[in-house]
Amino acid sequence: MSTTIDSVKVQNAPNPKASGPGPAARIGSALWNALRNAAPLLVMLVLIFAIWQIAAGGAKSSLPPPTTIWAQSHDLILHPFYDHGGLDKGLGLHLFASLKRVFLGFTLAAIAGVALGMLVGTSMIAMRGLDPIFQVLRTVPPLAWLPLSLAAFREAQPSAIFVIFITAIWPVIINTAVGVRNVPQDYRNVARVIQLRGLGYFTKIVLPSAAPYIFTGLRIGIGLSWLAIVAAEMLIGGVGIGFFIWDAWNSSNISDIVVALIYVGVVGFFLDRLVAMAGNFITKGTSA
Amino acid sequence: MAAYLEISKVGITFKPGAVPVLVDVDLQVARGEYIAIIGHSGCGKSTLLNIVAGLTRATTGGVVLDGREVNTPGPDRAVVFQNHSLLPWLTCRENVRLAVDQVFGRSKSRAERAAWVDENLELVRMTAHADKRPAEISGGMKQRIGIARALAMQPKVLLLDEPFGALDALTRAHLQDQVMEIHHRLGMTVLMITHDVDEAVLLSDRIVMMTNGPMATIGEIATVNLPRPRDRLALVENSNFIAARQKVMEFLYARHRNPAQAA
Ligand SMILES: Nc1ncnc2c1ncn2[C@@H]1O[C@H](COP(=O)(O)OP(=O)(O)OP(=O)(O)O)[C@@H](O)[C@H]1O
Ligand SMILES: [Mg+2]
Repeated sequence: MSTTIDSVKVQNAPNPKASGPGPAARIGSALWNALRNAAPLLVMLVLIFAIWQIAAGGAKSSLPPPTTIWAQSHDLILHPFYDHGGLDKGLGLHLFASLKRVFLGFTLAAIAGVALGMLVGTSMIAMRGLDPIFQVLRTVPPLAWLPLSLAAFREAQPSAIFVIFITAIWPVIINTAVGVRNVPQDYRNVARVIQLRGLGYFTKIVLPSAAPYIFTGLRIGIGLSWLAIVAAEMLIGGVGIGFFIWDAWNSSNISDIVVALIYVGVVGFFLDRLVAMAGNFITKGTSA
Repeated sequence: MAAYLEISKVGITFKPGAVPVLVDVDLQVARGEYIAIIGHSGCGKSTLLNIVAGLTRATTGGVVLDGREVNTPGPDRAVVFQNHSLLPWLTCRENVRLAVDQVFGRSKSRAERAAWVDENLELVRMTAHADKRPAEISGGMKQRIGIARALAMQPKVLLLDEPFGALDALTRAHLQDQVMEIHHRLGMTVLMITHDVDEAVLLSDRIVMMTNGPMATIGEIATVNLPRPRDRLALVENSNFIAARQKVMEFLYARHRNPAQAA
């Protein structure tokens, strides 16, 4: 039955080889589609820049308009990887230094967080013992850890990494524990009927079923990490996007700050997308 | 002769002191028999099936299958769940494969298990879609995979909880025919819950009618005297079919009306 319906459709559809548009026209239509999707965003950006230009364009304005920013800081935008020695580096190198710290701290947080979350999610005793501690510690603001961490490590680099770690770990722990604890009754029933228990049950049912929760935790974690690194670097100095912003402020270089902020936002956005994509890939589309 | 599956004096109370959901359920099922259980929503059909599956513990009474008391779940009582319960992160083939590996991990070789998975997918005509994930197939197909997974365990009793409940009439009829054919071919013992009188009469050898809960029990059992293989079109005019149908209808809608509609 379905074959007849299909064949009717095929007959009615235009034959792409005989009468369809050529390859050039098809690329053209793909471009046109991309443009149509991006158009609202482009219009919005133009609008924002225009309003900004008008609002900040006055002689007495304390913030620079886009034209001034371009005039003063286009070097930053055009050459993100220059290195004049010392701390006089391009934005790309500063961002790279920050990303390296985030990568280290976040990786450690992901590993420890998933492990602890599984423990708390599976063991009632661990949950009773650890959960209250986690609930209290997770409310401590990231930067409040910095002095303690500097005191412990006596060096900027490991302190910053520790701050990232301690910031990112809580949402990972909590979401993993929730995911592990809330395996749907349906899946548990299936496991019981086929008598899947112990390690097999954990790896074949619990983990995949908790994976979307774990990735939600990781996404929140990477977002918080990026928030924390900028603030932490303002305090510890050295290379890094946070330090760059603070340094620009100290030399009253407002244009540089604006450019750096845009970079921070764009990188943060891509970090989030990256973790979401990893989640989608690993959970094979069952996580959002 | 002792029955193959024997449910005796089964009763269940979920909370201590509460009114029991089921009381004194007694049923003997012969090997290869197809039993339909019918009753109004909420009377305790799923609960009874779960007790036979070993997923729920009966408060009183017990279940004996093939001479052995049932207390824990196991693949000898494979369940097709009311909501299919396929694992969404596995493909259809992997869903069946997981069960087969688990049940026949020791007794069959890798290649034998793979072949057995394919054989069961073919049985429900799902070979073409075997590598899709549950989210990518229709409700009827999911139910077919659920049936393939259950059959692949080679259960002593196949437990079906409203297997066609969520399907449209055409798909439902199509699947009923497939299940009838598989039952004819394999001769397994089946316990099937249904809401649908025609389905019960068409598929089963006996129809167990449950009274309304709480304290539900078996009200009556109707025997369906129709030769197999059965043809749904030919049965429409068959007097035995009509008689069985009327008996069930009379039980459900005259003597034990849905409590929600009675008032
Ligand atoms: N785990 C439980 N705890 C408490 N009460 C329960 C539990 N499971 C089922 N019940 C109660 O037992 C009764 C029967 O439920 P059951 O799911 O067996 O009904 P059913 O006949 O399968 O209904 P339906 O046809 O709608 O699927 C209901 O009143 C329900 O509230
Ligand atoms: Mg039910």
